[in-house]
Amino acid sequence: MADAIEPAGVKFNLEYAPALESTSIVKIDAEYGLFIGGKFVEPKSGETFATVSPSTEETLARISSASAADVDRAVKAARKAQTEIWGPMSGRDRAKYLFRIARQLQERAREFAVLETIDGGKPIRESRDVDVPLAAAHFFYHAGWADKLEYAFPDRRIAPKGVVGQIIPWNFPLLMLAWKVAPALATGNTVVLKPAETTSLTALLFAQLLQDIDLPPGVVNIVTGAGATGSALVEHKDVDKLAFTGSTSVGKQIQRSAAARGVPLTLELGGKAAHIVFEDAALDQAVEGVINGIYFNQGHVCCAGSRLLVQESIAESFVDRLKNRLATVRVGNPLDKNTDVGAINSAEQLGRITELVAAGVAEGAELYQPECSLPDRGYWFRPTIFTNVQQSHRIAREEIFGPVLSVLTFRTPEEAVAKANDTQYGLSAGIWTEKGSKILWMANELDAGVVWANTFNQFDAASPFGGYKESGFGREGGLQGLAPYVSLSSPKRGSR
Amino acid sequence: MVTPPSRPGRLGEVKTEVATPTASAVFAPRSRSGVALRVTPVDEVGLEARAKTFTTRSIKTSSKRAAIDLAVSCIDLTTLEGMDTPGKVAALCRKAVRPDPSNPAVPSVAAVCVYPQLVPVAVTHTNGTGVHVASVAGAFPSGQSSLAVRIADIEQAVADGADEIDIVISRGAFLAGDYNYVFNEIEAQKVACGPAHLKVILETGELGSYDQIRKASMLAMAAGADFIKTSTGKVAHNSSMPVALCMAEAIRDYAEQTGEIVGLKVAGGIRTAKQAWHYLVLIAETLGTQWLTPDLFRIGASSLLNDLLLQVQKLDTGRYSGPNYVSVD
Repeated sequence: MADAIEPAGVKFNLEYAPALESTSIVKIDAEYGLFIGGKFVEPKSGETFATVSPSTEETLARISSASAADVDRAVKAARKAQTEIWGPMSGRDRAKYLFRIARQLQERAREFAVLETIDGGKPIRESRDVDVPLAAAHFFYHAGWADKLEYAFPDRRIAPKGVVGQIIPWNFPLLMLAWKVAPALATGNTVVLKPAETTSLTALLFAQLLQDIDLPPGVVNIVTGAGATGSALVEHKDVDKLAFTGSTSVGKQIQRSAAARGVPLTLELGGKAAHIVFEDAALDQAVEGVINGIYFNQGHVCCAGSRLLVQESIAESFVDRLKNRLATVRVGNPLDKNTDVGAINSAEQLGRITELVAAGVAEGAELYQPECSLPDRGYWFRPTIFTNVQQSHRIAREEIFGPVLSVLTFRTPEEAVAKANDTQYGLSAGIWTEKGSKILWMANELDAGVVWANTFNQFDAASPFGGYKESGFGREGGLQGLAPYVSLSSPKRGSR
Repeated sequence: MVTPPSRPGRLGEVKTEVATPTASAVFAPRSRSGVALRVTPVDEVGLEARAKTFTTRSIKTSSKRAAIDLAVSCIDLTTLEGMDTPGKVAALCRKAVRPDPSNPAVPSVAAVCVYPQLVPVAVTHTNGTGVHVASVAGAFPSGQSSLAVRIADIEQAVADGADEIDIVISRGAFLAGDYNYVFNEIEAQKVACGPAHLKVILETGELGSYDQIRKASMLAMAAGADFIKTSTGKVAHNSSMPVALCMAEAIRDYAEQTGEIVGLKVAGGIRTAKQAWHYLVLIAETLGTQWLTPDLFRIGASSLLNDLLLQVQKLDTGRYSGPNYVSVD
């Protein structure tokens, strides 16, 4: 009888071998022009700036910096396209273009996902499974509305606003582009879009996609650049509507400028969402929800669940569960398919996170970070949990926009609501309990535009998204998201 | 009539006679050391979403080889058919000890798993090899016999040399809410096992919800299970990633609350190497790598072994061979 063979070196550990997504599908040009009137053009300023990969600090390309004169050119192109082609076009024909965009995004999904990860530092797992599919879904959804606007706004006369100026952030570059561009095009507007200066590449790839599908020139124009480009767009006299997603401080400046001229505006700004966990919750799934809520996209999410309010009776064991779970979160090369947390988007943002975390420690909160090795180059921050956080601490009040969770406790549902609402922001909140009546009561009490129950960070094109208080106004997505892009008036007598 | 030992205070009042199930509907078990157990609810959507993430972990090169070796060494190589014969079991045992005679680097599996009738044959053919003999006993797969009959079944299998016993819970009594009855039965069968390890099959496909699976897991562990096991392989819904996750979370919770370590066996429908390492990832990321040993993790399977062997050949030669290059038994 043969002897049993002992398993040789069967110590299976979590050191998954590297599983890198190939980058060969992506072609990055050395230099990019501005996308105006359907063509890539040199900036009149002649100025360019470098865009770097946050995970390697390598320069990827040089991006044109649009001056006020360039923005003017873009707005003129958009105006011409709006009055001559896109505005008069039937909804059915606009839908055809939107469907084409959506299908092309799906077809080229891997290319967009890889480029998004290279340029922005987010894990390929997320750009592949979340950003790009949701962006495509947004175009599909709005393609469906384009010829059905009279059902969205019954008994009203519907007209597009005209030329729309849109400014988007760096945390979900392609997805935010989709959130902005799709409803604007569906309702007959033309667009001048400014992507964030650190993440312009997928917007420029999107511009190439628009050329491939023969979108009429000028319907979408993309002007790259930093803050000066943004303010040139905001202050341009011939823009009919503005939409901005980004920080609350910039949002306030834009609102001041728009209000002075009476330009309609929607803002989607910062947040400091409370994630509320009751003792009767499905705790293991709540742990997943909290982890996903704050470490998704390195915490660069305006609706991130950055404050955990946990019922005092379970606080200790729940934090232990969180720490256990955090031990399996993998930080590193975002192109690795096993990476859960990628690179911080920019050196500037890394500095801001570092400063606020130091403030948390100085104010007496208890810092926990898992042991994990970080790459030598690039911008990285360990997933962080702060316990012993008080409501008055800066880390409980200011938006950190990084992988940093502040844990506070509460005793009763009323106290949870009071603490959750004690913030200048009001974008999102999460409730974890198995008790339905408590969910419904809490959802009514919380000052938050989005309230998730027993889940977090779920997005759908049909579901409106937006905030209260200093998190902004106006909604994106769903029927409500169409409203800011149309002018409504009473129908002429006898017109129906 | 065999009656379970009376241990008042562990699951409410313990009856000495367990002839008629009566619904107690109060679920408040205590661990072996007397700790009152908390049972956490399970959110179906969240559980299934988390279970799916394990399947997107990419396992390549050196990790893949380690995963294959580990999976092989955790297999309970199983034949549970009415047509099983001594000849079939002898072939199975040979395969269990030396899965691939041409490649001595491939480890033996953990155990062979057979019906009680064939335990003596399995013992003869695995004697001295370190491969365990597991037997399903206790009116497998339905459990629909009197407790006395089931206990006699277990005692015979142990007497014949089985060192691991796989039993089923009385799903009927569990669904009727008579948790005392189920608890006492498991406890009595644990006593009947003597030195043999007890694996308790929950038959998750018949329990109806993840909440029930979590509850049954805690009950079985409290009543003395060394392993909790997903399924018999004889019903429509067998092991799945969410079910295994639900049970692994219960095991983790039980260990945290009591300090007692219980193993997990997944069974039914696991046929491919890829499925096997999805489970390994699940265990590693839920319970930790200390659970990744045949002492605490088992996969009940038959055709899985050959798929793992084909993967080894692929790693060694760089080519995919075919089913003709591995033995059927």
